[in-house]
Amino acid sequence: MIEGIGVFDVLAVSTIIFFVGLFGFVTRKNMISLLISIELMLNSVALNFVVFNKFLYPGNIQGYIFTLFLIAVAAAEVALAIAIIISFYRMDNSIDADEMDSLSG
Amino acid sequence: MMGAKIIFYILAGLMILFSILSVTTTRVIRAAVYLLFVMILLAGFYFLVGYNFLAGVQLTVYSGGIAVLIVIAILLVHNIEHRLEQIPTFEYLWKGGTLLAGAILFLTTMRQFPFERIVGTEQVSVSDIGVKLLTLGEGGFVLPFEVVSVLLLAVMIAAIIISKGEKFKTEDND
Repeated sequence: MIEGIGVFDVLAVSTIIFFVGLFGFVTRKNMISLLISIELMLNSVALNFVVFNKFLYPGNIQGYIFTLFLIAVAAAEVALAIAIIISFYRMDNSIDADEMDSLSG
Repeated sequence: MMGAKIIFYILAGLMILFSILSVTTTRVIRAAVYLLFVMILLAGFYFLVGYNFLAGVQLTVYSGGIAVLIVIAILLVHNIEHRLEQIPTFEYLWKGGTLLAGAILFLTTMRQFPFERIVGTEQVSVSDIGVKLLTLGEGGFVLPFEVVSVLLLAVMIAAIIISKGEKFKTEDND
């Protein structure tokens, strides 16, 4: 148990990480960088679930289990995104997000 | 009791530092390694609040699986010395400034909400989680559990088919 740490302190950390991830998402063009930024944002959301469960409802377990689901969904998302990136790289020899228009005909 | 507080602030500071480094560095492989550091520090925070099983899952799935997957994707696609283009200073200023203003607005709004922290001594045991995940009745999570299982299966099949891509097409045409 950590004494003296309020809910707001942890929420501030997760907010800052979320906005840093968002900054990376809007500035980068490389798709792997975009994926890394999304992972940062998902991590901060998981931190939110944990802090609400532990600091506000310590007798319950819902936040804990939803963090497990969140991690599973994040793993699935990364596997699919990397498959798409690699198949796109095979077609165009580039993974820049602003050059992805092969589906627009 | 003071020790845990100091550890929390060290973890928080390092997490913020490495996340900022991860989005601003121009070497893409370093960005992946800084992301790995953020994940490991987050697992440290889970250990700090006593969620040991969750910390183990975070370490195995995130730092063991996802980080390695991203590093392998980088190695397949780029040279290891590959550098991203520098973000122009203008973009830094207006995008960073807008998001900083958003974050400050968010934090000041959140600051006004009176969170009442409850100090509980309950420990979550792994058997509790296992029972809850497969309980059909009240407070059970069997439906999301099954949905996530089907999702994982579908994603794995889709990932194989998508990344095989061209080869499938030529085999069909033969």
